[in-house]
Amino acid sequence: MQQNPTNIPFWRDVRVLKVLFQILFLLGVFALAGLLYANMLRGLDNLGLDLSFDFLGDEAGFDITDTLIKYDPSDTYLRAFFVGVLNTIRISLMGIVCATVLGLFFGIARLSTNWLVRNIAATYIEIFRNVPLLLQITFWFIFSGSLPAARDSIELFNTVFINDREIYFPSLLQTTGFSSWVGYLYAGTILAVISIFVLAFIFHRKQVQRMAEGDDIGYLTHIFKAAKWSPVPVFLTVAIIGWFLAPESPFVLVRPEFQRFNFVGGIRFSSHLISLLIGLSVYTSAFIAEVVRSGIQAVTKGQREAARAVGLSAGQTLRLIILPQAIPIIIPPLTSQYLNLAKNSSLATAAGYDDIYRIGNTILTQTGKAIPVFAMIFVSYLTMSLTTSAAMNWFNSWVNRFKR
Amino acid sequence: MEEQVDIQQIQPPTSAKGPVGWLRENLFSTWYNGILTCIASLFLYFVFKGFLTWAFTEAEWNVIPANLQLFAIGPYPRDQVYRIWICLYILTGLLGVSAGVWRGIVQRWTIVVGTVLLVFLVIPFEIVRHQDSHLVSIEFRFNLIWLIFESRRWLLGDIALLIGAFFLGKRFSKLRPWILGGWLLSFPIIMFVLHGFGENVVQTSRWGGLLLTLILAIVGITVSFPLGVFLALCRQSKLPAIKWVSIFYIETVRGSPLLIVLYIGSRLISIFIPYFYIDPVISMMICITLFSGAYMAENIRGGLQSIPSGQHEAAQAVGLNYVQSTLFIVLPQALRAVIPAIVGQFIALFKDTTLVSIIGLIELLGVAKSTLANPNWLGHHIEVFLFVALIYFIFCYAMSKISQEIEVDLGVGKH
Repeated sequence: MQQNPTNIPFWRDVRVLKVLFQILFLLGVFALAGLLYANMLRGLDNLGLDLSFDFLGDEAGFDITDTLIKYDPSDTYLRAFFVGVLNTIRISLMGIVCATVLGLFFGIARLSTNWLVRNIAATYIEIFRNVPLLLQITFWFIFSGSLPAARDSIELFNTVFINDREIYFPSLLQTTGFSSWVGYLYAGTILAVISIFVLAFIFHRKQVQRMAEGDDIGYLTHIFKAAKWSPVPVFLTVAIIGWFLAPESPFVLVRPEFQRFNFVGGIRFSSHLISLLIGLSVYTSAFIAEVVRSGIQAVTKGQREAARAVGLSAGQTLRLIILPQAIPIIIPPLTSQYLNLAKNSSLATAAGYDDIYRIGNTILTQTGKAIPVFAMIFVSYLTMSLTTSAAMNWFNSWVNRFKR
Repeated sequence: MEEQVDIQQIQPPTSAKGPVGWLRENLFSTWYNGILTCIASLFLYFVFKGFLTWAFTEAEWNVIPANLQLFAIGPYPRDQVYRIWICLYILTGLLGVSAGVWRGIVQRWTIVVGTVLLVFLVIPFEIVRHQDSHLVSIEFRFNLIWLIFESRRWLLGDIALLIGAFFLGKRFSKLRPWILGGWLLSFPIIMFVLHGFGENVVQTSRWGGLLLTLILAIVGITVSFPLGVFLALCRQSKLPAIKWVSIFYIETVRGSPLLIVLYIGSRLISIFIPYFYIDPVISMMICITLFSGAYMAENIRGGLQSIPSGQHEAAQAVGLNYVQSTLFIVLPQALRAVIPAIVGQFIALFKDTTLVSIIGLIELLGVAKSTLANPNWLGHHIEVFLFVALIYFIFCYAMSKISQEIEVDLGVGKH
């Protein structure tokens, strides 16, 4: 029995209903957005504010403790905001590096055959991921404030100085010997390249001697093989020899010195930055450790056993069998941890570190331009998140490029 | 001729059993493990020595009992504390009955809760009475002692109620639907009791401490979960308009920090919605929920994607419509597969409630900071933060343990 589709009235036709429903839904969404927008315009009008970004050219007038680029209070709001953006990127990158190192360390320690090491790692992970990040950052910051003042700074190995406001590391200063050392570095690079070809030639000769004539397998294989062996040691040797042959040691260590009121020389990090960095990286490292652990454990036991059975050493098993399989599993959750870290860096305000949010908030308080400032903050974070996730997605597909 | 074999019972080598064997296997199996053990032991020795020395000589632990009430309820009016006890009684009663009816996990964790209550009953709060007189005023001390006995009595009643409710639940196991309804109803009742009515209204601005943290977390968890399910289903929808709006929402929220979202809720909301005053606590609840919902949606979507489309098709084949097949076939399997991720999000939400202290609410962390601002307790930040961290840790750790137990109970991963 066939039914004529035209018999169905349009208000009961699923295809029509679907389209109608979506149109109504979209209308609803746009109506809501329009209402909020109209409210905003009216609200701003009542407050005597507008949506223009003209204020960005005005003088900021407030000071910023941590800056990567030159900034002083007479600069514009735009530049102040840019300092904030750079600071957020800086703390995010520093945090990502530290958190990854710590996370790898504790993730691998968590799988150690040593009972004590395994349990210390487990305790570290459980403690730091179950205590709110804001609490940790606030704690480190308040704690840093209770350290001794600059005059009685804590000394570590006579080179690192810690006080209630900053931490000083010794810095490296280029000397006149530096340029000649750079010459040695160039020479080392050239020698390293030459060494590849020399070694490849030796490999090739040996192989030809061993094989029957006509079985020539070509240079390329040997070049790849040689490239694994020779360049790094050759370069390092030349660099080290150059270091001593240079007229003067290329770098000297500059110790921070206490003079009158504060330290001079060395690299300075404010306690704002350091307490935020410790908080962010310790907290995130606990999550990364779990990611690493579960990634390694996701590689089945049989793989390890099979690798050992065919005679690979423990190191080779890890390098050639476990890690190549674990890394693709680890990368997606690792990405989201990095993104979390970048977003969590907005808690900088609890440590008094001048990131996007804190500087934006200061600008907003001074100018009252709530919507434009807020839009700038919002767009900055969104751009950062989307860029990071795009980059990590690319890296992920690169790692998985051999998978079908 | 068969050779006589002398059979004798051979004991396992002493090195493979007992404490020595355990040590050898777990701490000194190889030379580098031996070195690691030594380094780790040294590390532990210094950490523990440092901590214990500090804890027993320098630390001023009185800061905790002296401010215990502040940590618990923040600036909630002291003469209205009985309301909080009433709420606690409602919850304990429900928990006790549930434990009696359901057994299993609920019972185990009810025992844990009971133990915690018992511990609070036994802890010597009185330590505070040995305070230097210049630190604590007479009046304050008097109030405190009164509070001690008062709260002890309430606590004792609470434990009795828990035990009583447990046996009640055991007797009447047919109560299940009623208890579920009770849990659902308990929340509005508790909000009503806390807020009060008529002349005895306690404004939300006076809610604080652990009380506020728990309220924010519970509201966030219970509302963001269905929101997440809804958003995840929308994102899987075949209707492009719905799909793209939900993708836009989820990705925008996930791309911005919670602090920014809370910021909208606290400062900008009055510009967008000028018709009526929005209570800051309620506004924070909404923000946390909307924020967490987007993350929840992504977790649940992972579960939905893991369900083969055959399940949906089979459900359609036996005549279930979309709503039925989603509710009864797909979702139960999808949710079961992602329990760890969902609970992980619950835990994240619980920790994220601390952010409202930046916006200006006095939840647990906010109370900790205001305690440190009190000149009497200046410089005792380590004690305070350790205590507050311990509270957060207990809640988060308990949640992750419960999720593991639920997984075992549901047999996730083994069909």
